Amino acid sequence: MSAPTRRAPALTLAAILCVAALAGCAGEYPQTTFRPVTDFGIRLNDVLAHAFWWMLGILALVEILLIYVTVRFRERPGREAPRQVYGHGALEVVWTLIPAVIVTAIAIPTVRTIFDVNAPPPADALVVDVIGHQWWWEFRYPQYDIVTANELHLPVGRPIHLRLSSADVVHSFWVPQLGGKRDTNPITVAAREDGDGVNHLMFTIFEPGAYSGQCAEYCGSSHALMRMRVVAQPAEEFEGWVRDMKTPVTPPPGSLAARGKEIFMRSACMACHTIEGTNARGVVGPNLTGLGARWAIGAGLLENTPENLATWIRDPQRVKPGALMPGTEARPGGLPPTGLSDDEVEAVVAYLESLGTPSSMSATDSVPPSSQGN
Amino acid sequence: MGTSGTATVEPRHLAAASGRRGRGRLSSWLTTVDHKRIGIMYGATALFFFLTGGLEALLIRTQLARPENDFLSADVYNQIFTMHGTTMIFLVAMPLGVAFFNYLIPLQIGARDVAFPRLNALSYWIYLFGGLFLNASFLFGAAPNGGWFGYAPLTGQQYSPGPNIDFWAIGLQILGVSSILGGINFITTITNLRAPGMKLMRMPLFTWMTFVTSFLLITALPVFAVGLILLSFDRFFGATFFVTAAGGDAVLWQHLFWLFGHPEVYILVLPAFGIISEIVPTFSRKPLFGYAIMVYSGILIGLISWGVWAHHMFTTGLGPIANSFFAVSSMIIAIPTGIKIFNWLATMWGGSIRFTTAMLFAIGMIAMFTIGGVSGMMHAVAPSDLQQHDTYFVVAHFHYVIFGGVFLALFGGIYYWFPKVTGRFMDETLGKWNFWLLFIGGTMTFFPMHFAGLLGMPRRVFTYAAELNLGTINLIETIGAFLQAVAVLVFAWNLLRSWRHGRPAGENPWGAYTLEWATTSPPPAYNFGRIPEVHSREPLRDTPESVRALATAPAAPDLHMPGPSHWPLFTAIGIVLAPALLMTGLWWPPLIGLAWIAVGVLNWAYEPAH
Repeated sequence: MSAPTRRAPALTLAAILCVAALAGCAGEYPQTTFRPVTDFGIRLNDVLAHAFWWMLGILALVEILLIYVTVRFRERPGREAPRQVYGHGALEVVWTLIPAVIVTAIAIPTVRTIFDVNAPPPADALVVDVIGHQWWWEFRYPQYDIVTANELHLPVGRPIHLRLSSADVVHSFWVPQLGGKRDTNPITVAAREDGDGVNHLMFTIFEPGAYSGQCAEYCGSSHALMRMRVVAQPAEEFEGWVRDMKTPVTPPPGSLAARGKEIFMRSACMACHTIEGTNARGVVGPNLTGLGARWAIGAGLLENTPENLATWIRDPQRVKPGALMPGTEARPGGLPPTGLSDDEVEAVVAYLESLGTPSSMSATDSVPPSSQGN
Repeated sequence: MGTSGTATVEPRHLAAASGRRGRGRLSSWLTTVDHKRIGIMYGATALFFFLTGGLEALLIRTQLARPENDFLSADVYNQIFTMHGTTMIFLVAMPLGVAFFNYLIPLQIGARDVAFPRLNALSYWIYLFGGLFLNASFLFGAAPNGGWFGYAPLTGQQYSPGPNIDFWAIGLQILGVSSILGGINFITTITNLRAPGMKLMRMPLFTWMTFVTSFLLITALPVFAVGLILLSFDRFFGATFFVTAAGGDAVLWQHLFWLFGHPEVYILVLPAFGIISEIVPTFSRKPLFGYAIMVYSGILIGLISWGVWAHHMFTTGLGPIANSFFAVSSMIIAIPTGIKIFNWLATMWGGSIRFTTAMLFAIGMIAMFTIGGVSGMMHAVAPSDLQQHDTYFVVAHFHYVIFGGVFLALFGGIYYWFPKVTGRFMDETLGKWNFWLLFIGGTMTFFPMHFAGLLGMPRRVFTYAAELNLGTINLIETIGAFLQAVAVLVFAWNLLRSWRHGRPAGENPWGAYTLEWATTSPPPAYNFGRIPEVHSREPLRDTPESVRALATAPAAPDLHMPGPSHWPLFTAIGIVLAPALLMTGLWWPPLIGLAWIAVGVLNWAYEPAH
């Protein structure tokens, strides 16, 4: 499809709304709905733009009439009593029929778009199972046998098929520049395998970049902190990332990272987390394979630096209230602490940061978190 | 139950009914069955909760004034936003509407009271105690925190083990009882107690909208009650209606909630439409344009409101056929709503408009509600709602509807009927300050929210990332909220001061034509000395002298009014106690509440008519 021409109505709409916004439209908005980078997002904005003009017209008509009558027909001294009119059948028919026509004009493209964006995905689509958790995102690539969290890598130009569900409560997957949101509804594991109750989003990205998103359905304490990032890459870069994810990283013997791995494998960490190529097979928390290459930790909360990672491991509750991860020290009513010393935390951090190879680092470095993908 | 007959039948003598004689003043309020006093109590209580809900709004706006603020913790914020929504809808907008029903309906239709005066008192006391119970959760540091929509399974025992959601589920169940009783009462009153000659199509528009709303109350609230019962069984008795692992269905809750929740929107808005339809003709000095179509469009809105609920669920994944149906039905409801707006404009057209505070509020309501209606049409475009849903765009939309449409109308209604209630005017200068501060503050708060939402701000977040670049927009919204707070203080001062010191108003200070303006201000306990006969929609236009003469005539010596009763208050305590004691976790304490109800009902039934 010819993306630039199809974006025109949406961009006009964006321009109009921005002019009206008065303040604060000068900056960059990582979660704007006005700059979709998928066919799906453009379809939504097109149908919105269509309705928007009708609505703007009606709004202007009513507000102008309202101002006109309040000025023109205000009480003035010496003015004779107004004529007592009880109604006018023809007029009332007119302002019943005209809105009915407008509603029809909006309804037809609406219904057409609803069916179009729900059309089944092509067979070669990249399938990703998106599973919402309190308060992080799990992404599974069944065609590649890869599992990751909070940072969704997708190829540009290839149809994407997201299959959405939740492991606990209702969440909603929303990355505004990719298009609309869709709820992840809680279903059993068996139902997920049958596709029963799974929701779907289909789109093709046409612009590489890093796109911010976050959970859009209230899901408890840290709903506001359930964020994510989509890294849209050219096909070959994406394949490179896939290779990296499937290549186990082993820290050199005797290094701090190697000590960290040993601590990780004998402490509570491995009960909840998986790291491919190791004994850590826990499934309660996010899969940590390739963590060192991710742009952020704690579901988009903290930039991925050794200091932040250490802060997170020491006291996750302070960063993300209600998180189901224990800290190093006991909290009243909290989970049993990991009991890691500061030295041990440092080693674990070194190990986790070592998970992630230079090539995948470059993939994300090329699109820093603040970029909007242009 | 033993509400034995209508107001005019119950054989009690007038002197006892006025309630001020022979008893202490406070106890006369506690035992009153006079619809006007109950209306005043509804209004005062709703305005009190309005202050608490407004305070919660200020806390929300303070927290969101800048990104990554730590004024409130996540857990406190989630309680505050849940209570703001729950309070404003269930404890303010609905009961404030009911305050108008109570005060005005018998006066507008020429009745001496509602059909079931003691049931009316029971409705009020259940509302008061239910509202206090809900807010008592703050004393335990455990206010509801699941959002006003309480989505399962987040509100289930597994994900919300504390008492927070118990307070919510029980509190709203209690309040629902009050609403259903009120609906029954007003349907019966409007059906049976109209003055001679007041045919259905001669009723004032406000009475009509109350009539339609009452049907929505008695049909929608039971759906919510079913949802709450299922949720309560999950929470208290280990049922699994919404427990995924046990085969329960989270989406079922969404259907039950919105099947109630959308008619609920019209439960709030239709009375507001009614109020505007009274104010606009009076101050335009013209009759309401197209009375019949205004009635039919109100009925139509009530009916269609039952077929649009899943437009709250476009992202739930119901599939293209369901989404198409609900998109189109939601658009269709815009047609009767548009008719109302155009008919109000046509009423003003060619009129002689007096800019009283009440009229300003009515004009402001039309201006703001139209914006809410237009953004509602944008939501009805289901595909684009996939972007707007659960963002601040929706927050903007429904505040334009509920703040702009409902609250501005209710404020206008207070300024309009205050002279009838007290015999005094509210101050017009303060009133204009009140209006403009509220209108400008409201616009500053709610208009930028459209952009915050489309630029990526989700709802119900206790904080947002600085990188989203939404700090400026949010700061403007916060400043607007504090401006609104000033407006509310002006209003409160105006109300309290005018109650005793306002300029005397007389019977019909605005020159209106409906029946409530025929009697004295404030009206006597029995409303009308003799019930006037009605020959048109505008009795005070067509036969003003005879109507006024009858209405203000001395009461007939054999006039009987229902006497005070303390059983409504007593029974209401039991109705709150029984479910509240479920929270003890023991099986027997709720039985105390049930026994209490039994005692109340028995005594009520056998209360001697003296």
